[in-house]
Amino acid sequence: MSESTTITVDGNEAVALVAHKINEVIAIYPITPSSPMGEFSDIYSSKGEKNIFGTVPEVYEMQSEGGASGAVHGSLQTGALTTTFTASQGLLLMIPNMYKIAGELTSTVFHVAARSLAAQGLSIFGDHQDVMGVRQTGFALLASNSVQEAHDFALISQAASLRSRIPFLHFFDGFRTSHEVSRIEQLKIDDLKAMIDPELVAQHRKRGLNPDHPVLRGTSQNPDVYFQGRESVNRYYQALPGILQNEMDRFYELTGRRYNLFDYCGAEDAERILVLMGSGAEAVEESVAYLNTQGSKVGMIKVRLALPFAQEAFIQALPKSLKSIAVLDRTKESGSLGEPLYHDVVTTLFEHRDTFRVMPTIIGGRYGLSSKEFTPAMIIGIFDELAKTTPKNHFTVGIDDDVTFTSLQYDHDFILENSDQFQAVFYGLGSDGTVGANKNTIKIIGTQTDNYAQGYFVYDSKKSGSMTTSHLRFGSKPIQSSYLIQKADFVAVHQAVFLEKLDLLDIAKPGAIFLLNSPYPKEEVWNRLPRVTQEQIIAKQIRFFAIDAYKVAQASKMGRRINTVMQTCFFAISGILSKDEAMRKIKASIQKTYGAKGDVIVQMNYDAVDTTLENLYEIKVPDNANSSQALHPILKGDMTPFIEEVIGKISAFKGDQVRVSQMPDDGTWPTGTAQYEKRNIAQEVPFWDADTCIQCNKCVSACPHSVIRSSIFDVSFLENAPQGFSAKAAKGKEYTENDRFAISVAVEDCTGCALCVEVCPAKNKSQTNLKAINMVLQLPLRESGIKQWDFFLSLPKMDRSSLDHSNLKDSQFLEPLFEFSGACPGCGETPYVKLASQLFGDRMVIANATGCSSIYGGNLPTTPWRKNDEGKGPAWSNSLFEDNAEFGLGFRLAIDSHTDRAKQLLENLKDKLDPSAVTDILNAEQHDEAQINAQRQRVELLKKSLEALDHDDAKTLIELSDYLVKKSVWIMGGDGWAYDIGYGGLDHVLASGKNVNILVLDTQVYSNTGGQQSKATFTGAVAKFAAGGKAAMPKDLAAMAINYQNVYVAKVSMGANDTATVKAFVEAERYDGPSIIIAYSHCVAHGYDLKYGFDQQKRAVDSGLWPIFRFNPDKIKEGQNPMTLDYKGPKIDVKDFMYRETRFKMAEKMNKEAADSYLATASQTAQSLYHRYQNLHAYYQPSEEKE
Amino acid sequence: MDLSTTFLDLALKNPLIASASPLTASLDSIKKLEDNGIAAVIMHSLFEEEITHEIRQIDHFLHIHSDSYAEATSYLPSEVDFDNLHADHYLEEIRRIKESVSVPVIASLNGASAGGWVKYATKLQEAGADALELNITYIPTSMEQQGHEVEQMYIDTAAMLAQHISIPLNVKMNAYFSSPANMAKRFVDAGVKGLTLFDNPTLVDVDLELLSPLQHANITSSARLSETLRWCAILYNKLPCSLCANTGVHGGTDVLKAIMSGADATALASVLLIKGETEISQILLDIREWMEKHEYESITQMKGSISLCHTDNPSAYERNSYMYALQHYRR
Repeated sequence: MSESTTITVDGNEAVALVAHKINEVIAIYPITPSSPMGEFSDIYSSKGEKNIFGTVPEVYEMQSEGGASGAVHGSLQTGALTTTFTASQGLLLMIPNMYKIAGELTSTVFHVAARSLAAQGLSIFGDHQDVMGVRQTGFALLASNSVQEAHDFALISQAASLRSRIPFLHFFDGFRTSHEVSRIEQLKIDDLKAMIDPELVAQHRKRGLNPDHPVLRGTSQNPDVYFQGRESVNRYYQALPGILQNEMDRFYELTGRRYNLFDYCGAEDAERILVLMGSGAEAVEESVAYLNTQGSKVGMIKVRLALPFAQEAFIQALPKSLKSIAVLDRTKESGSLGEPLYHDVVTTLFEHRDTFRVMPTIIGGRYGLSSKEFTPAMIIGIFDELAKTTPKNHFTVGIDDDVTFTSLQYDHDFILENSDQFQAVFYGLGSDGTVGANKNTIKIIGTQTDNYAQGYFVYDSKKSGSMTTSHLRFGSKPIQSSYLIQKADFVAVHQAVFLEKLDLLDIAKPGAIFLLNSPYPKEEVWNRLPRVTQEQIIAKQIRFFAIDAYKVAQASKMGRRINTVMQTCFFAISGILSKDEAMRKIKASIQKTYGAKGDVIVQMNYDAVDTTLENLYEIKVPDNANSSQALHPILKGDMTPFIEEVIGKISAFKGDQVRVSQMPDDGTWPTGTAQYEKRNIAQEVPFWDADTCIQCNKCVSACPHSVIRSSIFDVSFLENAPQGFSAKAAKGKEYTENDRFAISVAVEDCTGCALCVEVCPAKNKSQTNLKAINMVLQLPLRESGIKQWDFFLSLPKMDRSSLDHSNLKDSQFLEPLFEFSGACPGCGETPYVKLASQLFGDRMVIANATGCSSIYGGNLPTTPWRKNDEGKGPAWSNSLFEDNAEFGLGFRLAIDSHTDRAKQLLENLKDKLDPSAVTDILNAEQHDEAQINAQRQRVELLKKSLEALDHDDAKTLIELSDYLVKKSVWIMGGDGWAYDIGYGGLDHVLASGKNVNILVLDTQVYSNTGGQQSKATFTGAVAKFAAGGKAAMPKDLAAMAINYQNVYVAKVSMGANDTATVKAFVEAERYDGPSIIIAYSHCVAHGYDLKYGFDQQKRAVDSGLWPIFRFNPDKIKEGQNPMTLDYKGPKIDVKDFMYRETRFKMAEKMNKEAADSYLATASQTAQSLYHRYQNLHAYYQPSEEKE
Repeated sequence: MDLSTTFLDLALKNPLIASASPLTASLDSIKKLEDNGIAAVIMHSLFEEEITHEIRQIDHFLHIHSDSYAEATSYLPSEVDFDNLHADHYLEEIRRIKESVSVPVIASLNGASAGGWVKYATKLQEAGADALELNITYIPTSMEQQGHEVEQMYIDTAAMLAQHISIPLNVKMNAYFSSPANMAKRFVDAGVKGLTLFDNPTLVDVDLELLSPLQHANITSSARLSETLRWCAILYNKLPCSLCANTGVHGGTDVLKAIMSGADATALASVLLIKGETEISQILLDIREWMEKHEYESITQMKGSISLCHTDNPSAYERNSYMYALQHYRR
């Protein structure tokens, strides 16, 4: 730990800095928003950083939070100081062990970045639902309200736990505190040593299991004594508040920072007070101070120790003048009489009713679920409510509940002016470095000036082309504004394209500074602005600066990262520091940030700083707006009112305005809404060269966002084709001379990844640098491209029954029922997902494990899963992370039940229907598209026949008859689910014999949470939680599945063998039993340009590290070898695959010897895998062939 | 019989040096070379462009997707220690090799820029390298760049390095300068102590299936010895520097020819890659046998004996020898 006392860090780092120093074992598992605490700890240990006891903590990733808590329990029981970090569902998975740990009076602290729970929908954002869900376990609950407090309480809780023997759950608000970057005072090592009593540590160790002085714990107790045993711990809980207060007092003596069990703030003679905990308390304190300057008599209580609730201390904290209390819970307990803090306060006041002459009025309410904003306007609204004679109880604030009318009214226009603060808002693109630059700016101002600094970052719901919004505050006083900036002194728009759709200067104060990264020359910048932007600038007398940051960045070899350029601009014009001082500090910061990565990188950034100032200019603002450019609509197309009003608002970043009545009350959401977004995020899009094309459809299959489609149609349709629409005579014996082949591109939906270009095998015969599909600028092509795409969609769909679904080319003529997802550009997962939707989408039910695929598949506002023209399409749901296989099996059981019932009813009605039609339906084979289509038609006829019958069974059968057509159950998820947290369930489902199809989108890391290692991670890869590189070999999930012998197993790689991949999907679905497809999915976490994703997939297979094969048990019955090897063993050195990716290459740059040993292990693995699968092939060779 | 020679002021027990190749990439492999009689090794090259490219790549991909999505503010751990970012392992390897073998170890730098290498050259010297070989790989593709500018870039790079190190600097020349003799002189004037004749650039080919250009390693044979002999002979005794014959040296007779033409030593790569380290013993045996048969006592005795200034037929190395050969062929 640095000797410097001031640091700027976020809440997660603030906690990890302490937790790593005062623990010996740390068991971890990734879950947003707590993952960075584990990541920091892993990095500290990988660098050999020691704790205060002189050892390097053992940081160990488990397979789930349940596993982590088990490991923590075991470690604690063996006497090591142990911790873990988690949130949300992860904390819920720890409940069983939390009971044990508390029941055994074991000292530990779990640090929780508090987060919402998945209910009607999942949310990664912050509230206290998870923490309140473990109140019953016996852990003490301690709340931090800010980054500083999270740092301090990480220590205080550990000290109190050691002394009290009660385990602590230390929590702080997910994102608002865990991800807020703030200037804090760093605890010194001496402070840590002073707080952690070695004698208590020794006692903890002595209580550990040890065969040298053996004891036994975990007995099975009976009715005679269990009850007494449970009551035996009461005195520890009674003593805890005093112990904690004592530790807080000791902490105060060491650091000067005073904390109490309950901290009262406000007027001494306050009549109205709020009671709450968490980051919202900061905004309340700020608002209370404001209200009291306006003549109010208000106050607030910050609850630190939420459980056990220290009644005496609470009563003592109340002002004597108190008349009314509002208790605010950041949680929701449907059906309860009130939320937990409200209950505790009501009970406390009731049990101490003798203390009051007149019992205060108490109301309780909910606020801030899922990081919903909690602003001074809302807080003042609550105080106003408290002033009423009969204030509303069980209220909500911050939403418009127009169904049960719980919400409080407040003045939406009120903004708490804070003249001390400089407030700046930056709009950037995910990959342009804006957030990183702003974090750096905060560090510079927070650590190198006397200013306090705060940064909070908002991301939109897409993984590609996402907009980031950075909220930065600086000021001479501590910053308590725990909400987004509402009016800004400085607005920076780092991507001019954002202005096309959004009025981003609405947030600017009069006289604010506006900085724009504009690609246009100085004299054109003004004229290129939309009218609303021009009007805002003129009306608010905004000073307007512009720079072509990409030009500067490219000249400095920074590529498309404009972080340093825009940061320099901010310092140059914001006036926070003098220009010279700012430039010095930026360069010092560059040296500090990039020094370890080499002079080349440092110099590149220095060059960017120097060049920036030469290219930054102020735009003279005319007196009048001259632009005729209106804002583009957020959504386009023929929409339902729900899509227009609700999804439209969310897409326009105005989701806070959606009323309760507008929200589906059970979480049901329409599919097929991504088509309305038209995000236009690609600068370059593919353009088809019909003359060069060989009509292989590889580009169609590779496209991660389903924006490239192909079709074959009669030449007559071209009569109405728009200008520029190309088509060529269809290649192939099965097509006539009138058949035309065309490829079309959805230019507005493309992300510009260029994967299609790289997979195209056809080179232009005159210019081999061109292919049959090439990237060109989108803007000049946009209008014609839209017309061509619309025309393409109007062409007749090809007959599904006439296409060979096992053939790659034919499969790509099938309509995708998954399109325009928010997945990363070049995503390696979505081509498989799309393929499944093409082959089976119209009869598919999908259980999707939480992870990337559930986010790009179901993150609001829009949904990529869609219906075909007949209204059929994938029905999709996400349950949890850990239970997905079981969830999908449940689908199968239900569908089979429906089918059985339908068949039974059909038998019952046989006499009343055409018996041969009934027999045909009951005996129908449904193995391929033609058979399934025939069954669909039979069922449609059946429905008509049933309608004519006046019979209860007939009515029921009409409802169930669709289940007579084969339904395809798909269970999808990533390797984190399949190999780790969900493996137990997955294994059980594989053993079930039931007809489910499991698709493992194997990126070899937990991609969605930022690339933590899983058991699929390759040897030699650097990943989070494997910061030094993974030494162990990955698990061979396929081999484990093959062991069952009755499971269809395929390991595929679309980049290496697309034909085998398509065959695997068709065979797996056709197999009447469990099937698993493990699909190699390249990922941004691998660290290379994903346009080469398929090339790398091929290299992975050619190196032998990703063997591809299909194991089809149906073939055993047919007397054939079930094992088909789709590769020929290792053909290239593993290094030729591995060292093209940063995840492997960085291992070499960190430690050459370790990296060399990883290469050797990988090489051996490649050989042994080949031998394993060759042997399997030989083993299953039919005997006569063996002979 | 004395096979010893001096190259770059280094005393070598014989004139055989292992040129930079995969065989000089590890301690185990270098030990095998030494066991078979090699007199010095030139370490596998540090490639400047590769290192710079890798640093940029790692920086780029560690950060490019950072801070773009709430759940994943990064995708790889970036706050790790890069102990081998600048090929620090290479330095460590030199130290280990120097401790483990007794033959001189020559470090090798391959690159195109002047500035970047000074830091590395100094570090290589500190790590114990006995000399440094510089291999400037530069293909001038610009229509605007003039020949003299390219030549000056070569000279500047060599001069910059020579100023910053005290160990001898050897330059691996390419054979395509308009005036190799003049370039050799300018290199020596810039402080270069030895010249290796010549660099052996990779081969370009075309893959007709992929419609793409290809690069192949340039495996030589004795047939490629000609230019090496010519320029050893021309430069011998003209410049105060060592000469090393590099391209086409595959057997004992090739070595003898090179030494007699004026080389102080010969560098082997292709022959060792094809036949393995044991070929060194065979070459030494062949040299001894030839010397014994022809009653030579030492390598020094024969050095430059058939060079341009000592030969009885200087025209063999000059243009008219080409005319002579052609006429002879017609006859």
